[in-house]
Amino acid sequence: MSKPYYDASDLRKFGKITEWSEELGNKFFDYYGKVFEEGALTAREKSLIALAVAHTEQCPYCIDAYTKDGLQRGITKPEMMEAIHVGAAIKSGATLVHGVQMMNKVDKLEM
Amino acid sequence: MKKSLKARNNDIANTARQLEILSGGIFAAGELPTFASKIKETNQFPLRPKKLEILQINLGYMCNQVCAHCHVDAGPDRKEIMTIDTMKQCLKVIKTTNAHTLDLTGGAPEMNPNFRWFVEEAAKAGIKDFIVRSNLTIIRANKKYHDLPEFFKKHNVHVVSSMPHWTRGKTDKQRGDGVFDKSIKALQELNAVGYGMPNSDLKLDLVYNPSGAFLPGDQMALENDFKKALKADFNIDFHSLFAITNLPISRFLDYLIASENYEEYMYNLVEAYNPAAVENVMCTNTLSVSWDGILYDCDFNQMLNLKVNAKTKHISDYNEEILQNRNIVINQHCYGCTAGAGSSCQGVVA
Repeated sequence: MSKPYYDASDLRKFGKITEWSEELGNKFFDYYGKVFEEGALTAREKSLIALAVAHTEQCPYCIDAYTKDGLQRGITKPEMMEAIHVGAAIKSGATLVHGVQMMNKVDKLEM
Repeated sequence: MKKSLKARNNDIANTARQLEILSGGIFAAGELPTFASKIKETNQFPLRPKKLEILQINLGYMCNQVCAHCHVDAGPDRKEIMTIDTMKQCLKVIKTTNAHTLDLTGGAPEMNPNFRWFVEEAAKAGIKDFIVRSNLTIIRANKKYHDLPEFFKKHNVHVVSSMPHWTRGKTDKQRGDGVFDKSIKALQELNAVGYGMPNSDLKLDLVYNPSGAFLPGDQMALENDFKKALKADFNIDFHSLFAITNLPISRFLDYLIASENYEEYMYNLVEAYNPAAVENVMCTNTLSVSWDGILYDCDFNQMLNLKVNAKTKHISDYNEEILQNRNIVINQHCYGCTAGAGSSCQGVVA
């Protein structure tokens, strides 16, 4: 049986990145922890943003982590799915808005 | 309705089998530290009781619900019910104990045929905080229970009720079809007699257990979300929300294994271990009495048949001084009470 490229249990080893670069690793985790604290946005709102970005970045570790985080916070399935649609809409919008670039180029090149 | 693990002769109904699972696998292999070795790291072994504050009495395992996560494996098919003789032995202790809280639980404690007599007699002892853990649906289950809100009010009972979510889907998935609607109706009836209202002395608290293989989030944030949603959708008021972690025993253990979540869940519990929670874990201030009068460090140890490590093991020969000098019996399930902000029948502890 082939070994999958991503191993879900590797997420638990995330903290080990500090072992090969302690200062930068610690700075990252301090920053990361700070970002997700309650602030102008609630931790709940930040969790939903993280879930949407996890999908647009297509990061399986982040998807696992922020799905579980959402459940822990009592976030509902419709709320989670709507957050992902926001990410998907921005992704598809970002693709389609480049259609204007194509149209500009066509207009420039065609007689 | 589903049957209990016991009625299905499920392997997990056997407490020795549960302890074998909790002591084996990832713990036997040394992948994760045992609870004993973990608390040794912070010089908290052996775990010892502090001042006794709560006497928790289980009136029986019979229940009108068969919740998917139930650590009691309660249900309509469970026949273990406290007799009036054992209740009388409990009353003797209630009258003399130094505990300030009496906590009646089950199953559905109201289904014990002598429940009302016991509450009336216990209330006379004048214990400061008299809790009944009501599953809410029992109030709507049968006409004979419809007056329970008034009965609770008459005896100034503090009602603590389970409510896994403010949405129907999540609640019914954990507790059974139709439970959400009946629970809402029961909460409204409790509110109608004054329970849970702002500034009311009639205390109504809710218990939240996660409906799956994940830990509870921040208790205060969950309480705010519950309050907002239940008020907006159903005009329901309550006082506090207790967020309780599901312990890996009984039906929840069966679910974890069947859904292949057991190892990941145990990793989550161990990673979230908080030594500050150990300091106030509920077995340090609670004693649990089973339907047949046997004494345990907590309700979870009761369900694993881990009796108190003291000469006095039964309510009939209860001796608070001897019990205060015991070592608390622990196993890997204890990680459930020390994860994050900790967990107890009264919610977070750290």
